[in-house]
Amino acid sequence: MNVEAGTAKLDVQSLEDAARRLRGKVIEMSHAAGSAHLGSSLSCCDIVAAAYWHVLRIDPTNPKNELRDRFILSKGHAATTIYSALAFRGFYPEHLLETYTKDGGKLAEHPPANSLPGVEAATGSLGHGLPIGNGMALAGRIKGQSYRVYALMSDGECNEGSVWEAAMFAAAQKLENLCVIIDYNKWQATARSNETLALAPLREKWEAFGWDAVEVDGHDIGAVAALMANVPNGSGKPVAIVAHTVKGKGVSFMEDDNNWHYRAPTAEEVVISHKELGLA
Amino acid sequence: MRNAFADELTKLGNEDPRVVMLSGDIGNRLFDKYRAAHEDRFFNCGVAEQNMMGVAAGMAMSGLRPIAYTITPFITSRCLEQIRVDVCYQEAPVIIVAVGAGMSYAGLGPTHHSCEDISFLRSLPNMKVVCPADAWEVRAAMRAALQQDNPVYIRMGKKGEPKIHSEIPADFRIGKALTIEEGSDVCLLSTGNMLPEVIETARLLKVQGVSARVVSYHTVKPLDEECLAEAFSRFKLVATIEEHSLIGGLGSAVSEWIIDGEVKTQKFLRFGTPDSFFRLSGEQEYAREQLGLSADHMAKAIMAALA
Repeated sequence: MNVEAGTAKLDVQSLEDAARRLRGKVIEMSHAAGSAHLGSSLSCCDIVAAAYWHVLRIDPTNPKNELRDRFILSKGHAATTIYSALAFRGFYPEHLLETYTKDGGKLAEHPPANSLPGVEAATGSLGHGLPIGNGMALAGRIKGQSYRVYALMSDGECNEGSVWEAAMFAAAQKLENLCVIIDYNKWQATARSNETLALAPLREKWEAFGWDAVEVDGHDIGAVAALMANVPNGSGKPVAIVAHTVKGKGVSFMEDDNNWHYRAPTAEEVVISHKELGLA
Repeated sequence: MRNAFADELTKLGNEDPRVVMLSGDIGNRLFDKYRAAHEDRFFNCGVAEQNMMGVAAGMAMSGLRPIAYTITPFITSRCLEQIRVDVCYQEAPVIIVAVGAGMSYAGLGPTHHSCEDISFLRSLPNMKVVCPADAWEVRAAMRAALQQDNPVYIRMGKKGEPKIHSEIPADFRIGKALTIEEGSDVCLLSTGNMLPEVIETARLLKVQGVSARVVSYHTVKPLDEECLAEAFSRFKLVATIEEHSLIGGLGSAVSEWIIDGEVKTQKFLRFGTPDSFFRLSGEQEYAREQLGLSADHMAKAIMAALA
């Protein structure tokens, strides 16, 4: 039961390379499938890279290891990011990514239940990941297992009442092995998140709900990795990391342009994007 | 049923370390014994049913066997999406236990009535729907549910209902109906807390010379097809009886089975609640009378159909 065996501990430079590679693949997949949510997938690449290449105690050769850390992509619409990360980390062959959205495949536009190694929970409907994470974190406590549970949420997802039910529950249960990361890219599907529902002040909200809440530049991959790795952090509380991000991060003409919530890039745009990312 | 649930839960908690109790802030003192023995496996999840159902799913996905419990509408329709996605889609072996099925809490008004839950949960893939008829069937259902690797919904009445069985029925299986009384003219398929009313209906029929088989048809999904096939081939009248809407409950399930299987029927009656909210104050017995679910009303309707 060695979960350390498959754990990566990359330095910042290597983490940035991993994030760049994720971005390149995510853009390719969106183009090939003509699928939406590219902006959302790009904004969380650094967080996902930090998780899979530095923080998580996981073993890709034994994805169901009981002692593994759990990472729930609660913002399931960023599926291409987690699909790519899991493939690159060896949970399944990379060529499986080519089946994304294809008829008869396993890789739909949101992560599936019980059919893809490394996907901890089926998500896509927002506000489900944190309650499930609560259950997993409590199960660890009941069973005397010291694994940690991470849930990556979007800022738009914080519209859901279930998020705040779950936040209060985690605080009441002092789930210090639980960590939420909010990919705070300031946009939801069709509008600025803070103009839709009053989200701000977001860190203070989590703090008021009983969490140890911190803010970080969500693209400072070293800082994100350090915060995520430091769970539990000694506060006796669940940890909320409010990660300030840019939707569409990494490609100049996608950054902070919410059209990329739905648009898929053309072949030419893929080439330009890869050049900008230094992948070409 | 409620007290039997708490008592059986305590036993199951002793027997099986995977059992975890989640309560939606109800059952004041009901779980004292369980809690005394298993404080680390009891969680009052508050009035936050969406989170509670997600927590249950997360625990079940981590190898535990959570039981999520609160009043029927709040453990079903209030968190239906969590049941659908977190529990059913992920095949998480959560046991959902509802108290106050149908018109059990008639006096609390339509917010607390539940005549749609069978319909909702029956339509969800991977879900089994069990409606125990008395306290002993509640215990049996809990034990049977714990043996499953899939979600199970147990729809209880309230407390203090008459006991029909005298012990846990040894032959209780999910998806296998129990014959309570034999008869030769009509077959009464009762689900859940209607059974005492149905036994009384059979008594009234007997007085008028009609012999009724009474069945505790406790599992609405999956259907006991063998029981149905035998009933429809042998009896000149078959009736389904439920404290639930005629839309989507046992009567609907049996109707679908008849149509899909091109089953030849003689007389088929469905007793259930109408497509409307019950807006009057009053307790369960009064509601049943008003809704045509009293033994007297059902016996008359059956006699009329036989005439």
